[in-house]
Amino acid sequence: MAAEKRSRPPRQKKERIPRQEMPVRPPEERIRDFNEVACGFTEELALTEAKRCLQCPTHPCVGGCPVSIDIPGFIHLVTEGDFIGAAHKIKETNLLPAVCGRVCPQEEQCEQVCVVAKIDKPVGIGRLERFVADYEREQGAVELPEIAPPSGKKVAVVGSGPSGITVAYELLQAGHQVTIFEALHTLGGVLVYGIPEFRLPKSIVAAEIETIKKMGAEIKLDMLIGKTRTIDQLMEEDGFDAVFIGTGAGLPMFLNIPGENLNGISSANEFLTRVNLMKAYREEYVTPVKVGKRVAVIGAGNVAMDAARSAKRVGGEDTEVSIIYRRARDQMPARAEEIHHAEEEGIIFNLLTNPVRFIGDDKNNVQQVECIKMELGEPDESGRRRPIPIEGSEHIIPADTVIVALGTRPRRFIAETTPDLKTSKWGTFLADEETGKTTKKGVFAGGDIVTGSATVIKAMGAGRAAAKAINEYLAGS
Amino acid sequence: MYKIVKKKVLAPKITRFTVEAPEVARARKPGQFVVIRAEETGERVPLTIVDSDSEKGTIDVIVQEAGFSTHDICCFQEGDAFLDVLGPLGKPTHIENFGTVVCIGGGVGIAVLYPIAKGLKEAGNTVITINGARNKELVILEEELEKVSDELIITTDDGSYGIKGFGSTVLQGLIDEGRKIDFVVAIGPTIMMKVVAEVTRPYKIPTIASLNAIMIDGTGMCGVCRVTVGDEVKFACVDGPEFDAHLVNFDEQIAKHHYYDHEQACQMEKIIAAAEQERS
Ligand SMILES: Cc1cc2nc3c(=O)[nH]c(=O)nc-3n(C[C@H](O)[C@H](O)[C@H](O)COP(=O)(O)OP(=O)(O)OC[C@H]3O[C@@H](n4cnc5c(N)ncnc54)[C@H](O)[C@@H]3O)c2cc1C
Ligand SMILES: Cc1cc2nc3c(=O)[nH]c(=O)nc-3n(C[C@H](O)[C@H](O)[C@H](O)COP(=O)(O)OP(=O)(O)OC[C@H]3O[C@@H](n4cnc5c(N)ncnc54)[C@H](O)[C@@H]3O)c2cc1C
Ligand code: SF4
Ligand code: SF4
Ligand code: FES
Repeated sequence: MAAEKRSRPPRQKKERIPRQEMPVRPPEERIRDFNEVACGFTEELALTEAKRCLQCPTHPCVGGCPVSIDIPGFIHLVTEGDFIGAAHKIKETNLLPAVCGRVCPQEEQCEQVCVVAKIDKPVGIGRLERFVADYEREQGAVELPEIAPPSGKKVAVVGSGPSGITVAYELLQAGHQVTIFEALHTLGGVLVYGIPEFRLPKSIVAAEIETIKKMGAEIKLDMLIGKTRTIDQLMEEDGFDAVFIGTGAGLPMFLNIPGENLNGISSANEFLTRVNLMKAYREEYVTPVKVGKRVAVIGAGNVAMDAARSAKRVGGEDTEVSIIYRRARDQMPARAEEIHHAEEEGIIFNLLTNPVRFIGDDKNNVQQVECIKMELGEPDESGRRRPIPIEGSEHIIPADTVIVALGTRPRRFIAETTPDLKTSKWGTFLADEETGKTTKKGVFAGGDIVTGSATVIKAMGAGRAAAKAINEYLAGS
Repeated sequence: MYKIVKKKVLAPKITRFTVEAPEVARARKPGQFVVIRAEETGERVPLTIVDSDSEKGTIDVIVQEAGFSTHDICCFQEGDAFLDVLGPLGKPTHIENFGTVVCIGGGVGIAVLYPIAKGLKEAGNTVITINGARNKELVILEEELEKVSDELIITTDDGSYGIKGFGSTVLQGLIDEGRKIDFVVAIGPTIMMKVVAEVTRPYKIPTIASLNAIMIDGTGMCGVCRVTVGDEVKFACVDGPEFDAHLVNFDEQIAKHHYYDHEQACQMEKIIAAAEQERS
């Protein structure tokens, strides 16, 4: 008997939902101001995007997030329309979701390992995170976490970047008394002086930081530890039981080529500090910022993109801004999205080009950058093909403003005044990755001061790990 | 907030403030400075700590109105408060017993010079101070300097007080007289420090200058205060403000001071316009 060949009913093929794009303001409009470029999801877009999550039992996305946010958990709440519940879920492990949702390199972290990415574009985890955090804040529904009874212990947190803020948040929850020491006049570290307003509005950073103030953190601004007070004084004279150091990597690197001290040549830190921290783009603020007609930005990381796009906004439409980078396009370290936005805004890319000297006029103002063409040779230690100068290819690029964005290193105030804190030859603190323990008892460190320039969320991850270790240390002391 | 407990106008456009800043007062050493941000919209302005009282928790600064921000600071009154005072910044002056030292200051540089002269005197040096000003009205800290100097010479550009002429000429005179000078500290307008460096160079008299580089943060983060010293680039706020005057590229510093002239002039125009409006 021949098996009856039954035709199977056609499988109900679920329409696959495409990844929802986040609305973005058109380039010609956004280069006229410093308002945010990306507008965020609407409720509808968020609901649709959330449906793309498969709620997989193995949820690899969680492992891809340095602070292990319960991603399927919060996305599930979004599908139910409980946006505030979703925000609270995220805040169990991440104090700054509105920040991370905006600046995290999601494509290399949570979204890279998302199961959906195997067949389609990954779930827009970052966009959803941003949406629920914004929703919570706009609804005024920000809740303070529960705080344990006072432990009687005092902890000093040095530096108020993402790592320091995270440590403070966790330790306050555990009932410890926390004092934050910050050298600048505003809390937030790179989030306030580096990353520009159009990518991360400062009011959002302030709102997220407000939580730790409400939780009772004592804030001491204008305190440069290593100068105003030393680590030893904090521990021996001021009665702190433990110290966390999250002072970042704030020292700008230069090319060290002739003419680099001419007027009009600044580090990206200087340029961005003038614009962001000192709000030079706003009429009522007096700090000057100057952008000529031709701007050259040296480097191609996130910082270079931020500097280039800020320069375009300060200089105006007829200001020509170019990136000068010694390697090739696919070696640029900036996030793809940032490069894309920069291109849309008319930033020019001079790739495989390396500056050799700067040339000024009789007033010592920079006028030209002499560059040399590069070609790619064998791969170097970083695995990238090494750029080699092409002999005789020197040429001139006119520039009346130059911004050098070559990366940063830690400053040495603390290392110099705390001899038992050991550092590497680059000035980063030697600290245990899992616990943030340094070579000095009771002193922990994390973020860029340990890793060198990295990311916001890695700094926060390090902060969480250190807070856990500090809690254990304090329990045992 | 950092309360102003005392304000005193020393000379036209030169004002002394005593400000509550206990942490700074406790930590500061001669030669160090603070960065003051007077109000939310203000610039961060570097100013030398002239004196301090760690018991009262106060520091003194002397401000000369050079442009918009220093003018703004000088408008603050006793009882008001500055929004931010950060410090002490920079390396303290290296003080030891050199023997005979000449402290030569010009203009408001005298304010910066005073704590250093005091420190040098306390360390046992014979201190000759040359206090230069444009005219009699602008001579400041005469009494204080008198106390810490073995010899105080005052010069004015117009001869209205003391010796007529520049301090650097007096210094040259001392050298020509064959006075033994072991160390020179020069603080004042960049051009004056440059001239002093040229005076002492042929005699190889160790000379330091305190640079008034343009600064923003004052903590080594922005690099605007870069200065070429010999064949090295240093940050004045971290590695200075004092450097070997024979190695500093003063011309580069002078050029830097003119870079924002236009923007500063625009700010000043605003003040003048506001003042005129008030008058009418
Ligand atoms: C322009 C720019 C753009 C960036 N864009 C991105 C991005 O899109 N996504 C991303 O993930 N990362 C980005 N990064 C990197 C990211 O901002 C950093 O990795 C992160 O902020 C590091 O955090 P942190 O807590 O270690 O230190 P920081 O954020 O550097 O904070 C350190 C704080 O400590 C203070 N401090 C320093 N020394 C002392 C002292 N001695 N005493 C007291 N206080 C002190 C500083 O003033 C500062 O406030 C960017 C960085 C820059 C500069
Ligand atoms: C370490 C240090 C210590 C200082 N100590 C004192 C002090 O004790 N008393 C005092 O009155 N001043 C001091 N200065 C100088 C003071 O900081 C400047 O005069 C002030 O920043 C000028 O600001 P402004 O807005 O009023 O003038 P601006 O409008 O900015 O400038 C007016 C003129 O001053 C020049 N200028 C700008 N910035 C500086 C600067 N940082 N230093 C010198 N000239 C500048 C400009 O080129 C311009 O020609 C010090 C500077 C440094 C770096
Ligand atoms: S914090 Fe960053 S890595 Fe973690 S889930 Fe959010 S976007 Fe992804
Ligand atoms: S891996 Fe992707 S699909 Fe799976 S739970 Fe995480 S976000 Fe959802
Ligand atoms: S003032 Fe910014 S580095 Fe010196």
